[in-house]
Amino acid sequence: MMLEWDWNYTWEILPILGEASLVTIKATLLGFLLAAALGLVFALLRMSRVRYVRWIATAVIEFIRSTPLLIQIFFLYYVMPEFGLSLDAMTAGVIALGVHYACYCSEVYRAGLDNVPKGQWEAAIALNLSPFVTLRDIIIPQAIPPVVPALANYLVALFKETPLLSAIAVLELMQTAKILASESFQYTEPITLVGLYFLFFSLISAALSRQLEAWLSRRHGGTR
Amino acid sequence: MSPRFIIIVILSFLVGIALATFAEFRVFFPELLRGAWVTIQLTVCSALLAVVVALIAAVGKMYGPCWVRGLAVGYIEVFRGTSALVQLFWLFFVLPYFGVTLEPFAVGVAALGLNIGAYGAEVIRGAIKAVDKGQWEAATALNLSRMQTLRRIILPQAFLLMIPPWGNLFIELLKGTALVSMITLGDLAFKAQQLNQNTLRTVEIFSIVLIMYLCMAMVISALMRTLEQRASKGLMRGRAN
Amino acid sequence: MKPSNSPMLRFEKVSKRYGSLTVLDSLDFEVARNEKVAIIGPSGSGKTTLLRMLMTLEEIDDGVIYVEGEPLTHMSQGERLVRANRQHVSRVRAKIGMVFQHFNLFPHMSAVQNCIEAPVTVLGLSKDEAYARAADLLQMVGLGDKLDHYPSQLSGGQKQRVAIARALAMRPKIMLFDEVTSALDPELVGEVLKVIRQLGEDHDLTMLMVTHEMGFAKEFADRVCFFDAGKMVEQGTPQQIFGDPQHERSKQFLSAVLETR
Repeated sequence: MMLEWDWNYTWEILPILGEASLVTIKATLLGFLLAAALGLVFALLRMSRVRYVRWIATAVIEFIRSTPLLIQIFFLYYVMPEFGLSLDAMTAGVIALGVHYACYCSEVYRAGLDNVPKGQWEAAIALNLSPFVTLRDIIIPQAIPPVVPALANYLVALFKETPLLSAIAVLELMQTAKILASESFQYTEPITLVGLYFLFFSLISAALSRQLEAWLSRRHGGTR
Repeated sequence: MSPRFIIIVILSFLVGIALATFAEFRVFFPELLRGAWVTIQLTVCSALLAVVVALIAAVGKMYGPCWVRGLAVGYIEVFRGTSALVQLFWLFFVLPYFGVTLEPFAVGVAALGLNIGAYGAEVIRGAIKAVDKGQWEAATALNLSRMQTLRRIILPQAFLLMIPPWGNLFIELLKGTALVSMITLGDLAFKAQQLNQNTLRTVEIFSIVLIMYLCMAMVISALMRTLEQRASKGLMRGRAN
Repeated sequence: MKPSNSPMLRFEKVSKRYGSLTVLDSLDFEVARNEKVAIIGPSGSGKTTLLRMLMTLEEIDDGVIYVEGEPLTHMSQGERLVRANRQHVSRVRAKIGMVFQHFNLFPHMSAVQNCIEAPVTVLGLSKDEAYARAADLLQMVGLGDKLDHYPSQLSGGQKQRVAIARALAMRPKIMLFDEVTSALDPELVGEVLKVIRQLGEDHDLTMLMVTHEMGFAKEFADRVCFFDAGKMVEQGTPQQIFGDPQHERSKQFLSAVLETR
């Protein structure tokens, strides 16, 4: 077992990787914002009273959830230009991540919305509130807090999938590591460091999420 | 599921038929099929590895001696905490430095299997915990050992509970196989990129590829549903007195 | 069946605590061979805990339980008593069988499979021997025609009878019954009590029953023990306990309970 760890090289590349990690974080946050917002829209579409809207929304969501994110990234990056919409790699990547995870988030929102007691809707109708206002002021504020941990899980999952953007040459962490490695022929250090980086954030987020769940269940007296 | 299912299938066929009229379709479709075959092989082999590893890790984490528990927890946290692509690249690029050089297919199976196995271990753990405590007590009263109880009483009941989550994991695995295209393994995603560069029929190729993945995912879902029906019959669950 | 002299079971200063709550308080308790003991009392009095500790489903905090003179969860090492290893516990525990309030039948196995599982895997009986024994026992509890039925196809009373047969298949010397009729529809209680009565009459078995069935306890038990707040308040023959309770708490409990019957 040849465990030769080049510490000099490590210190050399650390700053470069550090800069790249900012790109990773940017992609994660933008992607998640899109996912969280779009997810709510999808969830509401699936609740529509019009059958066809429901069916089409469900079909599209199932389609996106059942197919690889990588192919969806390629689709957005290579196919969109054919329809006149040329996106740069970062934008295409963020949109792909956002739409893909919006589908997962929509399921989370749906569960949250379902958990709001029917009586709330009925009270709103009795008060003559419009559906839009009901959703905005009554239902959604009750639906979201319990599902925040689940959404946080998807934030972490999205974060861990940002390396896929290296396939369209976005200069995030994985791509940078690959470039460094191919220039220096030293693969161990860059790739291991990237792995440790993700592992570190993942463990922290897992601990935070456990805290969040404990705090929330204390506040809500034990959800369900 | 039914109306949704029908819409998806109809749309898929419509797109399929429309694209089939392109001449080049008859040229690149066989190539895509070859890629799909690699994808299927990858999925099956990784799935087997994932289940075996998950079972060992789950039982080890719950019932093993201290050091086994530590290994299991370490494995689960590392492989859940880092993304599949990072694991794939690490096994492909870094492992050779440790003297272990695997061919791309083996690397793919190892990375995906270990990745999904880590999530699977938690699924198995959850299912075992979900089995009624009274079953353990009855087994203790009958003087069955812990391993006997686990093997003969608990796991058969946990099995039914694990099928839906495992179904989701297998679909994640299928989607994950696309990653191996980045270590130049000739799966469906790789062929898609290759053909795209050669023919530039971008829309057609990627549309068909997406539909092919969708079909494979639906096959997995259907298989898991059948498995669930068979297993619950064996358990005679859901039959009122 | 006359109970003989050396005790079958002996609880020596046994205590059990859950945090600050003392569930059993330094209990001294003896059961003679082939004695039928009914244990009654309000919930939370520790009676179920007593049974569960005997079946090693709960850990003992203080004290020792002796089964046929041998400590259950301890071993003698010279003069001292230390925590017993798994083989010792298994060996001593093999003399005890238990029937639960919620049956706990294995749902993925038929009635007869439930009964042969432990004899085959623990006692090493061949499948045929175990099957013959199981069929006999199921016949004895009145379910000879339901050997291949699954728990989900049986009524509560039938499930409990299978549970009794399953426990008996291991040929225990001591049988524990933890409120075995409490979860049954009233009309199914009788068939289970009938089986238990038959068991007591036809076999050499020491039986401990935690029960709310006062009528049954009165006519079947050799001794009745009244528990309250972790202590055994009073014990005696059924005539003594039901007819002329001495302790204030026993009088309170019995008058409240017997009034509703």
